[in-house]
Amino acid sequence: MVPKFVCKKQILTRGISMISITLILIIWTVSTNLKWLDPVFLPTPQSVWRAFLELIRDGYKGTSLSTHILNSLYRLFLALILAFFTAVPLGMFCGISRYILAIFDPIIEFYRPLPPLAYYALLVLWLGIDDKSKVALLFLSAFAPLFISTVSSVQRVPQDRINGALSLGASKPKVLLYIILPSCLPDIITGLRTAIGVTYATLVAAEMVAATSGIGWMVLDASKYLRSDIVFVGIILMGGIAILIDSIIRLYQHVRFSWIGRQD
Amino acid sequence: MYVSTSIKARSEIFNNRNPTLIELKNISLYYSNENNGLPILDNINLQLEANDFVCLLGPSGCGKSSLLNILAGFQKPTTGEVMINDKPHTGPSPNVGVVFQHHNLFPWMTIEKNIEFGLKMKSISKSERKRLVSYYLNLVGLESSAKMLPYQLSGGMKQRASIARTLATDPQAILMDEPFSALDALTRENMQIHLLELWKKTRKCIFFITHDVEEALLLGKRILVMHSKPGRIIVDLQNPLSQYNQSVQKIKHLKEFNELRHDLISAIRGYSKANN
Ligand SMILES: Nc1ncnc2c1ncn2[C@@H]1O[C@H](COP(=O)(O)OP(=O)(O)OP(=O)(O)O)[C@@H](O)[C@H]1O
Ligand SMILES: [Mg+2]
Repeated sequence: MVPKFVCKKQILTRGISMISITLILIIWTVSTNLKWLDPVFLPTPQSVWRAFLELIRDGYKGTSLSTHILNSLYRLFLALILAFFTAVPLGMFCGISRYILAIFDPIIEFYRPLPPLAYYALLVLWLGIDDKSKVALLFLSAFAPLFISTVSSVQRVPQDRINGALSLGASKPKVLLYIILPSCLPDIITGLRTAIGVTYATLVAAEMVAATSGIGWMVLDASKYLRSDIVFVGIILMGGIAILIDSIIRLYQHVRFSWIGRQD
Repeated sequence: MYVSTSIKARSEIFNNRNPTLIELKNISLYYSNENNGLPILDNINLQLEANDFVCLLGPSGCGKSSLLNILAGFQKPTTGEVMINDKPHTGPSPNVGVVFQHHNLFPWMTIEKNIEFGLKMKSISKSERKRLVSYYLNLVGLESSAKMLPYQLSGGMKQRASIARTLATDPQAILMDEPFSALDALTRENMQIHLLELWKKTRKCIFFITHDVEEALLLGKRILVMHSKPGRIIVDLQNPLSQYNQSVQKIKHLKEFNELRHDLISAIRGYSKANN
């Protein structure tokens, strides 16, 4: 299906990326092993690896590494699921009716540019220090990008497509469900990717401010004891998990939305 | 107003044999404050018979699509009403199918699913849907593309799928807005032949908008010409060529075909010159 030359180009760009990563690893290994830098600032790859094995074996501060990760992911996905199932339906109604949009738009436009940590203090005050306030914070940061991408996508559904469905006998609710929703799904999933990015960053920040578990908390706590090897493990894990989540969604997009951009 | 005498003479052959399916009563359309307050459509009265094949010709921007949108129920007229079987027609309904210039298939559904959509909306049982889908796929010659997505089909195939989708809901009338204008000449000719065959099989009322005088002459039993500023129907003609049971190629070489073509072109052009 994909022309051959595209594959070749893809292999080439992948290759270049691999070389770039390898180079960074080599520079890191060489510079740290030759002690050009203080290991407190930049630990050697070997010590990071050892810290990783140690974390897997003993956990961190009495909690296993996987629990830290799962705690973080639990907060992340609970908030994302809540946001998805509220922002998408609300966004659809706001997309089809400018009156409904007029109700919610000012609220969302007001809080959206605020840095999440600014209102986190309030949420902690209202909901306590535990997971509730964190999930609420993440929910709010995921809600806005999902809502906005849904609204703008609904507004861009071609009128002819809606008219066509109506004259095939679809009622208005059915048009919403069977025509508008699938038309917008690719944009909604792209919005979800944005939401995950924003939420992930907020999550780590929130755990750094107030938590006793989670990967973000682990990194901050380790830095207090100058354990830069653990900090590195934490950062690499965070990055790896983010890439993994994003590639799963990209794969889903690729499989489900093969029709995108080839509509004529 | 310029209307050639031969067209006038032929218009008088017009007589109502079939029952009226669609009636437009005093239809006017204004888009607020545009066009210097002139109506886009000015008091149009028109009856479309069941089983008829009506072609609407007219210069660009004269309001053909606007008229079709009113017929389809997509657009409310400023005054007047549309009656179908003597009942007011106020919104889109599966009774009136529409084929658009752009194929307008749902891009995430396979061809099969596209055709099935209208049947699902009618709550037809699954086994019956399956039977109908394969019947209509067969009718437009797309059996082998059933499982493909629209973007995998050629322009002509997409347009055939779109016609099949509309036919499948069994509408009483089918409105087509320049459905073949985006196709190349050869595909277009094939589609015209195909559409005529479909019409002869199904005998639906077809209302067909086109820019192309030859297309109107080859397809239409009745030909309307519309003019702009304000939009009115100035020619209403029974097409004598539709009585000949001959191939498209042969009809194109008839003397009568060329005379009519000439007359219709000057009817369309003459008026737009007078206006500019
Ligand atoms: N939504 C709209 N708002 C305002 N004016 C409109 C609108 N739609 C169409 N018009 C105007 O109405 C007139 C008729 O448009 P319409 O699309 O019906 O023409 P048409 O005969 O179908 O032209 P074409 O052959 O180019 O498709 C045009 O002058 C156009 O500018
Ligand atoms: Mg038009």
